[in-house]
Amino acid sequence: MSLFDKRLSEIHSALTSKQLSANELVEASLKRIREVDGELRAVIMVDEEAARQQAKAVDERLAKGESELGLLFGLPAGVKDNIVTEGLRTTCASKLLANYDPIYDATVSKKLKDADAVIVAKCNMDEFAMGGSTENSGFAAARNPWNPEYVPGGSSGGSAAAMAAREFFFTLGSDTGGSIRQPAAFCGVVGLKPTYGRVSRFGLVAFASSFDQIGPITKNVEDAAYVLQAIAGHDPYDSTSADVEVPDYLSALTGDVKGLRIGVPKELIGEGIDAEVREAVLAALKQLEGMGASWSEVSLPHTEYAVPAYYLLSSSEASSNLARFDGVRYGVRADNADNLIEMYKETRSHGFGAEVKRRIMLGTYALSAGYYDAYYKKAQQVRTLIIRDFEQIFDEYDVILHPTTPTTAFKLGEKLDDPVKMYLEDICTVPVNLAGLPAISVPCGFSAKGMPIGMQIVGKAFDESTVLRVAHAYEQATDHHTRKPERVRGGER
Amino acid sequence: MCSRRCQALSAITRKEVEHVANLARLTLTEEEAERYTNDLNAILQFAAKLNELDTSDVPPTSHATDVKNVMREDENRPSLPRETVLKNAADHEDGQFKVPAVFE
Repeated sequence: MSLFDKRLSEIHSALTSKQLSANELVEASLKRIREVDGELRAVIMVDEEAARQQAKAVDERLAKGESELGLLFGLPAGVKDNIVTEGLRTTCASKLLANYDPIYDATVSKKLKDADAVIVAKCNMDEFAMGGSTENSGFAAARNPWNPEYVPGGSSGGSAAAMAAREFFFTLGSDTGGSIRQPAAFCGVVGLKPTYGRVSRFGLVAFASSFDQIGPITKNVEDAAYVLQAIAGHDPYDSTSADVEVPDYLSALTGDVKGLRIGVPKELIGEGIDAEVREAVLAALKQLEGMGASWSEVSLPHTEYAVPAYYLLSSSEASSNLARFDGVRYGVRADNADNLIEMYKETRSHGFGAEVKRRIMLGTYALSAGYYDAYYKKAQQVRTLIIRDFEQIFDEYDVILHPTTPTTAFKLGEKLDDPVKMYLEDICTVPVNLAGLPAISVPCGFSAKGMPIGMQIVGKAFDESTVLRVAHAYEQATDHHTRKPERVRGGER
Repeated sequence: MCSRRCQALSAITRKEVEHVANLARLTLTEEEAERYTNDLNAILQFAAKLNELDTSDVPPTSHATDVKNVMREDENRPSLPRETVLKNAADHEDGQFKVPAVFE
């Protein structure tokens, strides 16, 4: 068995019993990056020296017999490059931030360090998390380990591809409209978007503040619970952080779904969903039924309005959030301007990529005088309707289950020239973000072309435990999550 | 008389795109202005779908969960060292960010 196939809890035990060292883990991670990332481009920045030093410090603590070991003790991690990391460059995959060295840690970065994880690298992404394919990276498009002609999804495509390629033991992504779950589905790994407010956003470079949420991408559900345990919790530095008790997520993984009620929205299982994806999800429902759960078709009647509402709202928030990138306090500055306004314009025009500019302009337009009510307020009202749709279903059901994406991964370049077509790929994920709910994507099959299929389990606000329980029970009864891309097998130990 | 809703459903012109770019502090090339006019029209046409819904009695939602402002005790604390704050600036002088002239 590969070192990378072991559960995080197993590795933790192996470390504490000194069958393994943090140094071995870090060297294995660095070796794998060297082997596969030249092709995949899942990583933007690796700090080998710092990783080795952290591993050495961890091993020294072990050697001294220290008993206070963090939950993520010695585990090499990849962190999406929009999460600031003190001492490790953070670019948001943008040329505008190509030289930005954070002077502080995001709360999640600090929590990872407090839990004794080793942050090895920053993962590739769509620039400022805007995109669904990681083709909008300002540096290089990432590729899907299952077939490099296909996208890994986005915007956390680097984190998902790196996980599928076993470059790290876990990664972190951020999810604004599906950016953890969609790439997880495309890459055949597990992606968890916690409830909005469950994980601190302090130090996450904001794209759309009322949507963004950080979460883990892992090879299995238990690992997702393990990482969430370490990063969840109230943060006084973040006014959107919820002061809600964090339960013991690992104890929720009982394998038992008897009596559980699952709602399956007809809008997300019928027309518009590829037959292969639909069949895989229906087979998963049958599996869960055989384990004692029950399911019924339900309705999210405003689903078709979710994508336009989401893009108006998130772009409006983006246009405001990205106003801070002006070349004055940080970032790359254009040096050929002779007055301040020209400097702003030159800096932003050369620094931002096409998708970011498109969304800034859409948001600026939607918020401008005369259009605010017609676009921004209207979208906020539709958001209310979508939240009500979910509330109605959760009156009767424990979770909602449907495909994570309408299709499997598409080819690089296939949808780049048609923004609306690209945006519609998010139809299964954005309703969850509009309602701020927790959701997980788990592998549930493969297409005839060998590309992974993901299904999504959505829960009530702050009920990550039930979401994880269902996902874990399903995973225990199947083996989709154990399959790895042919080109990245290896690392046997 | 054309209402705001009517205005919103009309196509965005290239002139408006250039105006919006200026508001957003972006300069567009000829090719970009053309492309974004087409793209924004396609997206706004897509967004016009929302007008199928009567939302006159629906309150808007800005955040799906409660947001509470965070307050701390009003006490003196050290701020970040000036040299640290200036570390990522493109240009600085005498402990301050340096920018091109604001006034001619």
